[in-house]
Amino acid sequence: MAWFEAVWQSFPATLQTLLVIVLKISAILLPLILAVAYTTWAERKVIGAMQSRIGPNRVGWGGSLQPFADVFKLLLKEVVIPTQSDRYLFLLAPILTLVPALVAWAVIPFADGMVLADIDAGLLFVLALTSMGVYGVILAGWASNSKYAMLSALRAGAQVISYEIAMGFALVGVLMASGSLNLNAIVLAQSGSVLTWFVWPLFGLFVVYFIAGVAETNRAPFDVAEGESEIVAGFHVEYSGVAFALFFLAEYANMILISTLTALLFLGGWLSPFQGLDALLAVPVLGAVLGHGLHWLILKAAVFLFLFLWLRATFPRYRYDQIMRLGWKVLIPVTLLWIFGEIIAVAMGWQPWL
Amino acid sequence: MGLNVSKQLTHYLKSFSLYELLRGMGVTGRYFFKPKVTVQYPEEKTPQSPRFRGLHALRRYPNGEERCIACKLCEAVCPALAIKIESEARPDGTRRTTRYDIDLFKCVYCGFCEEACPVDAIVETQVADYHFEQRGEQILSKAQLLALGDQHEPTIRQRLAADAPYR
Repeated sequence: MAWFEAVWQSFPATLQTLLVIVLKISAILLPLILAVAYTTWAERKVIGAMQSRIGPNRVGWGGSLQPFADVFKLLLKEVVIPTQSDRYLFLLAPILTLVPALVAWAVIPFADGMVLADIDAGLLFVLALTSMGVYGVILAGWASNSKYAMLSALRAGAQVISYEIAMGFALVGVLMASGSLNLNAIVLAQSGSVLTWFVWPLFGLFVVYFIAGVAETNRAPFDVAEGESEIVAGFHVEYSGVAFALFFLAEYANMILISTLTALLFLGGWLSPFQGLDALLAVPVLGAVLGHGLHWLILKAAVFLFLFLWLRATFPRYRYDQIMRLGWKVLIPVTLLWIFGEIIAVAMGWQPWL
Repeated sequence: MGLNVSKQLTHYLKSFSLYELLRGMGVTGRYFFKPKVTVQYPEEKTPQSPRFRGLHALRRYPNGEERCIACKLCEAVCPALAIKIESEARPDGTRRTTRYDIDLFKCVYCGFCEEACPVDAIVETQVADYHFEQRGEQILSKAQLLALGDQHEPTIRQRLAADAPYR
């Protein structure tokens, strides 16, 4: 340990900070990528179960190594670049999709103060980055020089812009209730008991936020951008191998991000639902398990992740005009009405979440 | 008018409570816990009808004499022209095949050869899973067909017995 200390002290201070940050980033990204891998597996298992099948069960114990088999297969495959495509943008697009999906995790608090970048405009940062992801999709569609990919890029662009508004309004409701854009502060504003979580006063916004989140990630039933029955595979028709894998990684990372954000903004993040029951939390081991902590955030996010898969197994795809109608004529008016009600509540000094 | 308003109201109430969507999710949610219907193929197999028409075989009499008398009815009835027969008289004066080839790529597994056969020589067995690794292997020769018949005789017997009442 002494030699480690000596080596560490010999580094310049800037290098030390850099190393600490890199370590923190890998501590977030490695479990995240593992979670992404197992979300793909869970998706196949859950949807299989809902269709009376058993899903992948050959690789490893009960199919548990299936995601690794998939990854190795994709890594070993050739990345085919279409001749008429824009080579540079074609390869940039998957990266541009993936990076915002991963960067947004910088401001996610995993427990009280356990956050990579504790910036005050955290919510704004997340909103900005989740909308950045669509640039990758649009670029992929354009650079492929394929009609299907182009159509898909147009659909994805229109859809994400439409739902971004409803999503933004839902977040406005949250920040009005919490009085902060810092995600850590938003979670702390919900502390008290289960009844002080923002789901109850902001239930409409919560539902709108999750629906808009499903649409933002281009997941079923809002997956017109992929729409295999009409436009083959949408923006990633021309992609193969690792480039294709990156799109998938981004999609699932976004799903996990939306689930985690929903848990943070409306369900009290890492806060324990048993908060306020001091007698229960005083029990030695049980108290630590039932108390605040990362495990509650993971559990809450997992519930929403399951909901993503459940929705996909249940609903047929929306038609394009129906998606636009739902976004503009239902979700946005609902959020506006809810915010209007919230404004009145704030103005009257009647704040049920406090 | 009043009816229309109440209709509209229930419509709105239904849409905004996500009633239909939750009903749908209830269906998939129930199926999530139901027993699965998957048959894990190589280990488990679905039951096979005695009328299943799989790989072909040529049968023998219990004394070891081959049944086929080279009447060529199967060759004549075969809609896919998959059977090729050549015959000669044997030293004991009986007519036998010298060549009996079935091209499994041409064969449509209709079972007409089996029905046409007056001596129950050519039959289709219950064997459904087989493969070829070299071009040319798909043509079964007389020797191969007889070997298949010897190998599967017990199941062929069972199969014919099970279907006999309906013939």
